[in-house]
Amino acid sequence: MILTEYYIFLGTGLFIIGVIGVLTRRNVLIILMSIELILNAVNINLMAFSQYFKSVDGQVFAIFVITDAAAEAAVGLGLIIAFFRNKETVNADEIDLLKW
Amino acid sequence: MLNFIWLIPIFPLLGAAIQLFFGRRSSNKAVSAVSVGLPGLSFAWAVGCFIQFLGLPESHQHVFHKHLYTWLPAGAFHLSNGSLGNLNVNVGMQLDPLSCVMVLVVTGVGFLIHVYSIGYMAHEGGYYRFFGYLNLFMFSMLVLVLADNYLMMFVGWEGVGLCSYLLIGFYFLRKSAADAGKKAFIVNRIGDAAFLLGVMLMVVTFGTLDFHTITEAARSGQFVVGSGVITTICILLFIGATGKSAQIPLYIWLPDAMEGPTPVSALIHAATMVTAGVYMVARLNALYALSPTALALVAGIGAATAIWAASIGLVQNDIKRVLAYSTVSQLGYMFLACGVGAFTAGVFHLMTHAFFKALLFLGSGSVIHAMSGEQDMRKMGALWHKIPTTAKTMLVGTLAISGAPLLSGFFSKDEILWQSFSSPYGNKLLWVVGVVTAAMTAFYMFRLFFLTFAGNSRVPHEVEHHIHESPAAMTVPLICLAVGAVGAGWVGWPKVLGGANWFEKFLEPVFENPSARPALDHTWNLEFGLMFLSVLVALMGFLVAYRWYVKQPGIADRVAAAAGGIYNLLLHKYYIDEIYDALFVNRAKDLGSALAAFDLGVIDGGVNGAGWLTRMSGEISCLWDTWVIDGMVNVVAFVVRIMSWPARIVQTGLVQNYAWFITLGVLVFMVYYVLH
Repeated sequence: MILTEYYIFLGTGLFIIGVIGVLTRRNVLIILMSIELILNAVNINLMAFSQYFKSVDGQVFAIFVITDAAAEAAVGLGLIIAFFRNKETVNADEIDLLKW
Repeated sequence: MLNFIWLIPIFPLLGAAIQLFFGRRSSNKAVSAVSVGLPGLSFAWAVGCFIQFLGLPESHQHVFHKHLYTWLPAGAFHLSNGSLGNLNVNVGMQLDPLSCVMVLVVTGVGFLIHVYSIGYMAHEGGYYRFFGYLNLFMFSMLVLVLADNYLMMFVGWEGVGLCSYLLIGFYFLRKSAADAGKKAFIVNRIGDAAFLLGVMLMVVTFGTLDFHTITEAARSGQFVVGSGVITTICILLFIGATGKSAQIPLYIWLPDAMEGPTPVSALIHAATMVTAGVYMVARLNALYALSPTALALVAGIGAATAIWAASIGLVQNDIKRVLAYSTVSQLGYMFLACGVGAFTAGVFHLMTHAFFKALLFLGSGSVIHAMSGEQDMRKMGALWHKIPTTAKTMLVGTLAISGAPLLSGFFSKDEILWQSFSSPYGNKLLWVVGVVTAAMTAFYMFRLFFLTFAGNSRVPHEVEHHIHESPAAMTVPLICLAVGAVGAGWVGWPKVLGGANWFEKFLEPVFENPSARPALDHTWNLEFGLMFLSVLVALMGFLVAYRWYVKQPGIADRVAAAAGGIYNLLLHKYYIDEIYDALFVNRAKDLGSALAAFDLGVIDGGVNGAGWLTRMSGEISCLWDTWVIDGMVNVVAFVVRIMSWPARIVQTGLVQNYAWFITLGVLVFMVYYVLH
C-alpha cells in the first residue's frame, strides 16, 4: 500500500513541472503539452484522495478531466494550426495580438 | 438715276468687299477688272446723276435730297437755348452744286488713278489688297461728299482716314512706311476730336445735323454776326479740317504719307481726301459767314501754310516730297480763299488742283517707275527724250500749277489772289503772301521739272539702261489728266477775260449768305493788273529755275552754300518734326511712362499689397492653428499618454506574461495564507 503523501508529492511535482513548462517554454506545442502535465497532476491528486476517502467521486471527476483534456487538446491544436497558417510561427513570444 | 444716287458709293464698296473677302485667290486680271470697273461704273453713274441734276426744274436746282433711312432716332432733349430739340440722324444723300463738283472730281480722277494703278502696281505684292483699300477709300470719300448731315460726313471722314492709314502703310514691312501710317492716323485723330466736339456743339445749338436745316437756321438771322457759339463751332471744325487737310499746325503727317504707293499719294494725298477739309469749310459757309473771327483764322492759317510749305518745297530733293509740300501749300491757298469768304474760288481751286496735282503725282510715279524706284531728283536728269509722254504731261501739270495763262491753275489761283486782295474779308498782306507763294510755286515746280527732265543725266549706269516709258495703262490716265489740267479751269473763265464764269454761277446757290459783307465795287483794270502781276511773278519763278538748273547748273549749289543757315533750316523742314517730338511726342511718351509707372507702382501695388496681406493673415492663422489649436489637443493627448504609461507597459500581449502574473499572484496569496 503506497501512502497518499507520495501521490501528492508526485502530483505536486508534475504540477510544478507543468507550470514551469507553461511559463518558460516558447513553443506553443510544448506549452500545450505542459498544460496536459498540469491536468494529469490534478488527475493523480483526484485519484489519490479518491482512494484515501474510499469514494468514487474522485474517479468520476478524473474521467471528466481526461475528457476535458482531450477536448482542450483538440481545440488547442486547431488554434495552433490556424495561427501557424497566418503567421508561420508557433513561438509564443511573437504572439502578442492581445496588446492594446 | 438720281433716285438711285446711293449706287454711286455702293459700287466701290462692292468692289472693296469682293477684293478683301475673295481677292486673295483671284488673278491680277480679275482683280483689276472688278476694282477698276466698279469705280468706272460709279463715275458713269455720277455723270448721269449730274446731267439729270442739271435738267431738274429751276425750283429744284439748288438741292436734290434722297432720304434712305433713319439711322439714330435720338429723341427729345434740351437745346442750349432751353427749347426742346428732337434729334434724328438720317442716312441720306444730298446732291447740290457743291457735292456735284466733289462727286465728279472724286469719281473721275479716282477712276483714272485706278486705271493708272493697274500699270503701276502690276509687279507689286498684295495687288488685291491695294485695290480693295482703294475701293474702300472711294466708298468712304463718296459717303463724305454725298452725306446730307454732319454725322454721316464724319463717318466718311473717318473712313477715308482709315484707308489713308492702310494705304500709307501698304508696304508695312518697311518700318518708315508703318511709322508714317501711324503718324498720319494719330495726327488726324487730334483734328477728328475737334471735329467731333464741333458736331456735338452743333447738336446742342441747332438740334439737328442736317446740312440743309443748319444752313437755313444760320441764314435765317437768328444768330448775330460774331456769335460766340458759332465762332466756337467754326473753329473746332476748322481744327478738324487742319488735321485732314494738312494745315499748320497739323500738316506734318502729309509729307511722310509719301511712303505709300504713288497712286495713293495722287488719289488720297493730293486730289481727294486732303481736300475734304476745304469741302467741309465750304459746306459750313453759312456758319463761317456769321463769324468773321473764324474766317480770319482760316485765312491766316491758309496763307501761313501756303508760304510755309512752299518755302520747304524749294529745297527738297525727293520728287514726291516736293509735290507733298506743294500739296500742303495749295491746300493753304484753298483755305485762304475760304477764309476771305471766296468759297467758290476755294472749291474752284480744289477742282483744278485735283487735276493737275493728280497728274503731277502720277507723272512722278511714272518717273519713279522708269527709274526703278529712285525718288531722289539729284540722281535723275535728261529724261525728256527717254520718257516723252510722261515728260510732256508733267510739263502740262507744271505749267498748270505755276499759273501759266489759260491753263486751269491760272484761273483758280488768280481768282483766289484777286479775292484775297479785294474781298471785304481779305487784305493786302494775305495777297502779298499769296503772290510770294505763287512765285515760290513756279520756282520749285520748274526746279523739279528741270532737275528731272532737263540738264545732264545724273542717272547711275545700272539704272540708265532700264529706263523705259510706262505702259499704256499709266500713260493714258496721264494724258486724260493733262487734258483736265488744261481745260478744267475753263468752266470758271473769269468775266474780266470775257468769260461767263459758269462755275461761280453754278455754285452760287450754295454760297449766298445774307450776312456776308457785300463785295466792294472794283474796276476791271485792277483785277486785270493783278492778274498780269501774278503771271509775271510766276514767270520770274520759272526764269530763276531755268537759269539755276538749266543754263548754269552750278549756281544753285552756290546759292545754297551762300545761304547756308536758311538752306539747312528749309532742308530740315524748319525742324518741325524735331520740335514736335520734343514738345508733344516725347511729352506724351513721358506721360505714358508715368502712367505705366503709376499702374505698376500704385494700382498693381495695391492689388499685390492686398494679396500679400491675405497671404500674411493666412500664414498667421496657419501658425495659430498649428501651435495653439492643435497644440491644445496634442497637450491633452500627451498628458493622457504619459498617465497611461504604467497601465500600458503591463499590456504586453504575451500570454505567458499573463500566466506569470497569475502564477505569481497565486504564490503571493499562498505565502500570505501560509504565513497567517
